Parts: sequence; C-alpha cells; structure tokens
Amino acid sequence: MPSALNALNLNFSTIWPEIILTAVAIIILVLDFFVKKENKSILGYLSVLGLLAVIPVAAMTVDPAPSFGGMVRADGFSAFFNVIFLISAVFTVLISMDYMEKMNIQRGEYYYLTLFATLGMMVMASANDFVNLYVGLETMAISFYVLVAIRVDNRKSVEGALKYFVLGALSSGILLYGIAFAYGFSGTTSLTGIASIGSRLSSQSPFLLLALALIIVGFGFKIAAFPFHSWSPDAYEGAPVPVAGFLSVGSKAAAFAVFVRVFVAAFPAFHGHWVDLLWILSAATMVYGSVVAISQKNIVRMLAYSSIAHAGVMLMGLLVYNDIGSAGILYYLLVYTFMNLGAFAVITMFIRKDGRGSDLSDYRGLAAARPLWAFFLALFLLSLAGIPPTGGFTAKFFILAAAINARYYWLAAIGVLSTVIALFFYAKVIFYMYMNERADAEDLPVMGATYSVVLILTAIGTVITGVYPAPFMDIALKVIKPFFM
Amino acid sequence: MTVAGIPILTLITFLPAAGATLIILFINKEATEAIKWAALGVSVATFLLSLILPFTFDASNPSLQWVEKAVWIERFGMSYFMGVDGISILLVLLTTFITVLCILASWTDIKTRVKAYMALFLYTETASLGVFMAQDFFLFYIFWEAVLIPMVFIIGVWGGARRLYSAIKFFLFTFIGSLFMLLGILALYFYHGRLTGVYTFDSTILLQNPLAPALQFWIFIAFFLGFAVKVPMFPLHTWLPDAHTDAPTAGSIVLAAVLLKLGTYGFVRFSLPLLPNATREFAPLMIGISIFAILYGAYLTLAQKDIKKLIAYSSVSHMGFVMLGIFALNTEGLKGGLLQMINHGISTGALFLLVGMIYERAHSRAIGDYTGLFKKLPVYGTFFIIIILSSMGFPATNGFIGELFVLLGAFKAHTVYAVLAASGVLLGAVCLLWMFQRVFLGDFVYQGKGALKDLSAREVITAVSFVVFVFWIGLFPGRFLKFMDASVNNLVSQVETNYKKALALEGTNKVASLGGRSAAERTDK
Repeated sequence: MPSALNALNLNFSTIWPEIILTAVAIIILVLDFFVKKENKSILGYLSVLGLLAVIPVAAMTVDPAPSFGGMVRADGFSAFFNVIFLISAVFTVLISMDYMEKMNIQRGEYYYLTLFATLGMMVMASANDFVNLYVGLETMAISFYVLVAIRVDNRKSVEGALKYFVLGALSSGILLYGIAFAYGFSGTTSLTGIASIGSRLSSQSPFLLLALALIIVGFGFKIAAFPFHSWSPDAYEGAPVPVAGFLSVGSKAAAFAVFVRVFVAAFPAFHGHWVDLLWILSAATMVYGSVVAISQKNIVRMLAYSSIAHAGVMLMGLLVYNDIGSAGILYYLLVYTFMNLGAFAVITMFIRKDGRGSDLSDYRGLAAARPLWAFFLALFLLSLAGIPPTGGFTAKFFILAAAINARYYWLAAIGVLSTVIALFFYAKVIFYMYMNERADAEDLPVMGATYSVVLILTAIGTVITGVYPAPFMDIALKVIKPFFM
Repeated sequence: MTVAGIPILTLITFLPAAGATLIILFINKEATEAIKWAALGVSVATFLLSLILPFTFDASNPSLQWVEKAVWIERFGMSYFMGVDGISILLVLLTTFITVLCILASWTDIKTRVKAYMALFLYTETASLGVFMAQDFFLFYIFWEAVLIPMVFIIGVWGGARRLYSAIKFFLFTFIGSLFMLLGILALYFYHGRLTGVYTFDSTILLQNPLAPALQFWIFIAFFLGFAVKVPMFPLHTWLPDAHTDAPTAGSIVLAAVLLKLGTYGFVRFSLPLLPNATREFAPLMIGISIFAILYGAYLTLAQKDIKKLIAYSSVSHMGFVMLGIFALNTEGLKGGLLQMINHGISTGALFLLVGMIYERAHSRAIGDYTGLFKKLPVYGTFFIIIILSSMGFPATNGFIGELFVLLGAFKAHTVYAVLAASGVLLGAVCLLWMFQRVFLGDFVYQGKGALKDLSAREVITAVSFVVFVFWIGLFPGRFLKFMDASVNNLVSQVETNYKKALALEGTNKVASLGGRSAAERTDK
C-alpha cells in the first residue's frame, strides 16, 4: 500500500544524525572487546570523532514536515538542541579520558553509554509523539543510571545511582501515567493531535488537567525542579565528575526540550492552567536551589544546587509563554553548556583519586599554585552568577526581560533575589581561590591537552555569548518562531 | 563625530584594557620593574590621549560630542553608543589622571603579584571610562558591573587585615544595588516601548519621552538603590569605611576618586532628566539624606582613631555635598555638585595617598601613634595641610569653589538647606584640623616601628600633581566651569520640559500602574 506508506512519510533523512550516532556507538561497543584496559582512551577519542562528525549533520537536518507517521519532527528547534547535546557530549568525553585513568575505572561502556545517552536526548528533542518521547527519555535515563554507578567500588557512587534509579523510575512512571490520561482523553499520543482536540474544547476536561499535572511532575523530576530535585545532589556527587557535568547540562537540556515542545505544542490551550503551577515551581526552585547551595561544603553538590536554581530561571522563560521567553531558554541552555561544563572541567582536573579537590576548602589559594585554573574557574563561576560581561549575564538578562515584558514583576524580582543569594556561594569559591593561603598544594596535576581544549573552547563560548549575543539569540528566536504562529 | 576619523572615545576606553592584556601575555611575572613601567606607560598614554578631548571640546555645544554609534543587538535595540558632553568630560579626565597617580602610588607599596595588580588597575580604568561614556543603558550596565570585579580583587588580594570581609561586603552591597538598577532599566525599556512603540536602550531616545509620574516613582527607587550604594548615601554607606580601610593605598584612591563618582554621575545623567517628576518628588528626601550625611559623616569623623577611617567618613560627608548640589535642581547646585565631584576626587584621593605614604613607612595609621610629625617630615606635612585645607573648602583652593556653588544652589532651593549644610562645612573643618593638630603639631613623639624618612622624588611628583589641581581649580575655576556650562543649562531645561511632558501623560490611560496587571490588560492578552 504505497499510499499509506506515503502518508506515514518514512523520510529517513530526518533521522540521519540519530542513525549515524547509533552506528558510532555500536562500533565503539564492538571495539571495546578488542581494546586493552590501559588503552580505553582510544575509545574516547573515537567517540569524540564520531560526535564531531554528527554535529554538522545534526545542524543541517531541518525538515519541519512531520515524518514517520507524525512521530518525528526534525525542525530547527530539534537541530538547535541536538547541537547542544553533541557539544556537551564532546566536552564530557574529552574531560573523561584523563579522569577515568586517574580514578582507575577504565571501562569501555562508559564511552558508548555516553553516546547512547546523547542519542536518547536527540530522540527526545525531535519527538512529536509521547511514545517516541518516552522511548528517548528512557534511553537517556537508563544510560545515565549506569554511568552514575560506574564507580562500583565507591559507596557514594552506588548510593547516588540507587537514589537516581529509584526516583527516576518513579518519575518515569508518573510521566507515563500522565501520558496515559492524555491518551485516554484524546485518543491519541501525538502532540499535534492533543493540541487540536484541546483547542476545540469549550471547557477543559479534568482528566486532561490531571494529565497535565502528572506530566509536569514527570518533567519536573528530569529538570530537577524543587520539590522533585532530591535525587540530583546525591547522583551528582556519586557520579564521575564529568558525568555529573553531562547530567546537569545534557539531561537538563533534553528535559527542557520536551518541556517546551509539549507545553507549547500540545497544551497551548491550557496555558492559563499550567502557568500558575509553573510560577510556583519556578519561584520555589530558584530560591531553594540558591539558598541550599550556600551551606554546601562539596563543590559538586554546590553545583548541583546551583543547577537546580538555574532550572528555576529557565522555567521562568517557559511560563511567560512567548517567543522571547522560550528562545531565552534555548539561549540559556547554550550558555549553560559552556559555563557549567567549563566549571566541571576544572573540577575534574583538580580532583584526586582519594577525593581531595572535592571540598570547597581544597580550593583555598588555588590562584597562587595554578593561576590559570583559578582564572578559568573564576570566569565560569562569575558567569554562573550572572555577572557581565559573561554569557551567564546575557542569558539571565533575556529571561528576566521576557518576564518583565510579560508583566511577571514579582517573579522577576524573585529571580533577581535568588541571583543575589547565589552570589554568596559562587563568590565564596572565588574568594577561597584568590584571597586565602594555600591549603592543598601537593601533587597538583598539570593541565592536559584535552582539558586545555575544553577550557579554551568553553571560555570562548562564555565570553562571546556575553559580549556579542546577537547571532545566538537570533538563531534561538528563529527556531522558536514556528511554535508561536 | 570623531577626531580626524579616529574613534577617540573607544581608543581611550580600551587602551588600558588592551595594554593590561598585553602585559599579562608578554611580560614575565618576575620582571616587576618592567611590569610597573609598562603599566605606567599605558596609563600615561591613555591620559595623554584623553587630553585631546578638552582641546577639541566645543564648549557651546550642550549635546554629546565625539559620538560613536554601532548596532549591537538590533532586536532588542541595544547599541554600542559612546559620547561625552560637558557633564562627563571632566570625570573622564579625572579617571585617566588618577589612574596614572595610582600606579605611581603603588610603586613600592605593592610587592606581591605585581602583574595581576597592575592589570586589574588598568581594567578598572577601562570599565570606569566606559561608564562615563556609555549612552546606551545596556552598555552602561555592562561597564558598571565590570568596574566591580577588578576592584573586589584589588581589595581582597592586596588589602589589609580584614580584606576578605571588606571585599565581600563591598561586592554584595554594590552588586545587589545594581541588580535593582537593572530591573529599573528593564522597566524603563519596556514602558518606553509600550508608550512609543520603540524598544531601545538608547538613552538619548528614552530622554525624549518621559514616562508617567507613577511609573517614574518606582523606577527612581530602583535607580536609587543602584546609584546610592556607590555614592554612598546614608544608610547604604556602611561598606565604604571598611573597603577604604582595607584597600591598598591606590585602591582607596581610585575608590574615592573614581568609583564613588559613578553613583553621583548616574543620578545626574539618568535619574534627573529621565525621571524628572519622581526626582522633584524625592528631592526633599534626597536633600534631607544628604544633609544628614554631611553632619553624620563629620560627626563620626570626630570619633575615629584610624586616619584612613577618618578620611573615609569625611568622604561620606563630602559626597553628601555633591548630592545636595545635584538635588538642589538648579544650575548653581548642579555645577557645584559636578565640580565638587572632581574636587573630592583630588582632595580625598590625595589624602589617601598621603596616609598611604606614612603607612608604608611606619605600618601604623593610628592617630595616637604620632605627634609633632611636622618637625620630622616638613615636606610631607606641608602637602598634608594643603590638602586638608582644600578638603575643608578653604578659599583659593578647589574645595572652596565647589562648596560655594553647592551652597548657592542649596540657598536658592531653600534657606534651611544652606544653613544646615554650612554648619556641616564647619564641623568637617573642625575634625580635619583637629586630626592635623594631633598628628603634626607639638613635640615629636613616634611609637611606630619603621624608619621615618621624608618624601622621595617619586612621591613628591605624585603629591605635586594633586596640589597643582587644588590651586588651578581654586584660582581659575572659570576654565573648568566653562566645560559644563552649556550641558548643565541644557540639563536643567530638559528636566523642566520632561517634567511637563510627563504631567500631561498622567491623565491618559496609556500606561498602567506598575503594581500589577490591570483588568483591561488582562483581557487584551
């Protein structure tokens, strides 16, 4: 039946990036059997090459017509996110190789699981159907469960992974429950289908509202919004440091991709209902993340809470529900990729096998011993704090501007307040590095080539987005425009 | 308009930063002499370059000169827009001048991490110059925040005993203040956009369409929090004594001479003409706070045991004068305020320099540790008394002219203001002279440790540079006032016209109140 096939539009060109990435991952999986333990870094370099090869393909795969029976929508939006995922995966793998050696966990599955996690994210970004979305989400989540637990001899790693797994599975269940309600109500899992049925209704069905609430909870877990955040500090702390970075950037970006697409594409008619819920979530997440981060003593945990606060700011961009706000999220995630992975790169470099380098106090006087590291970390922390002229400032600026423009004055004021609170803990690390005497001076490693590449690229990204954000913002606005037509 | 086709303002602004970057990249950190000379070279070159401005300045033209404008982020109406007029030209010169002296003052004072120190000073210079030149609000904000970071490091790394505490306090106060200013800028941007359909951060366009008085009220408060922290106005001044006490000498100089001016400049440049109705409404309060600061600062000065802290509190008092002049809202007051900004930069900067010199020798700033210093250090003592006279507004010095104009303006606004402020002058004079008497007069008794030598040639050059301006402004104020005449007159009339324009708006429903979404707007969403 060619006509039915035509209607399905099996257009493989829309999923080229996913296909290539799968092939790369499988090749690495197979090669893993033949590579000796000491040489596992080869797999890392191959993964980087594979990911770099996919980036241009992903950037060019833009075909807004839904394909595969409406399951896939490879539009500019998904291309933008795919590039973010791939860039963050490249950075993650680059900083991982030395780390794995240092920690004596040279395992090949680390690399292909990272690739599979990336694949899951890419499927999520282009998903136009709840089923496809869920498959992508689970591909990502299961890869991450294993990645977090990969330091099997470490109690914290196992504990973090277990918490992450149990709560992750629970949240997936809640999300699925919500999807089931949405399906039961509308008879379809397609986002476009749900949108068209929702817009035809004069009064809203309580079941669809229940579905909406459950889906928000499910996504809330993935972006680690308060009060669904409790897994994230433990998972970050237990995970290998590069994985924590990847989790905070890639996984969050993927969750925001589906968050934006689902709420703008499938539930626009319900804007009035979900906006108040998100208002509370956003405000609570910003304040909670910033306040709790202050008391952290472990730098990774601190960044985990900072990551929670950043999710709150991005939620603000979602709930203002216009093109500037949503484009603000995309732009924010791009900047966040640079600044957060940059910070994680410095931490990865600094941390030793016995755990030294993970406490904030270990950073005392780092500027005297390693001025360049301190400079990079200070730059990324200033950017995370939102101080100009860094990307973190412009990103926050666009979202605050969108909120003020949409007259969410109180939320914007809370956002500013949380930024002020957040300044305490970011500045604390900088003060430790520059204004204290050295506490931990022994056996500091030198900066390896892979780290230099990552640090230079992330620093350039952080500064350029701060000084000349226009082209990036324009792309974000361009890809988000069709959502608001 | 540029000089001979060269974007002169950009060149002046970014020369120090470029020089600092080159120093970081190409000079070995062990080669401290080379670093100092290079930094001095960069700052002197910047100063010489900025001297082009007074010679090509058109004093009869009230509007911005040497304007440079380039689209930056078109979608949001942001531009790279630099310009200098009569209000800012002297501040620009002050900044380039003071930075040279700061580097000279640090010559022997700073012994550790000289490279980073010099680079941070040059970055501070770039950012401060940017603030005085930027005419686009977004650009202004970026420069404004960029001043903060190098300064925090200067205090926190090279500072005194409680440097960490002081650096953090300074950082938090100013950062929190400026975030509120940012909210104010955004509110201004969007309301102006709604009112006129033009979304822009260009201050010259924003100036043409003042907002309704009710909106101005809130935006004024937001701006106030940003600017007043920097000035600093009572009760937001508490960071200043700490920051001054713990900053290295040159840090104190640049803090007093340049950074505090950012706040007062912000009021003159933006609050007054953009928010004329709110300004009028708040003027009595602002004047009240200023007069209180004059008296309170002078009163606290009496109780200080540390010379540097004493100067810091007298600084609070002096900045009260500047604010009083500005909010008198007439030409005399504004001119006095503007001139007093420069004077305060020179006098207080010089006082910090002189205190730094004695501290470098004796490692003590306690007033009680010295008596009869004049006998031992006559050159030093002479400079000190000249600067103290300038600081208290003695005739023939710069301080006299500034305070005279401020008092004239205050008198014009209300007699009571002038009377109260004048008594502040008296109190300030008392405490400075009393300090001089205790430290310099009487028999020589010294309880410090280091050897006391009189000033070296480098120190004399630095001090003389300040003294030259003390008398130049004091004896020939016309030359300096001429720069600001046209712009100040223009500013005063602009405040007047914008005030009326905004009043006319009040009746219309075009703009909603800031408090929340009105019912009408909810439905049209």
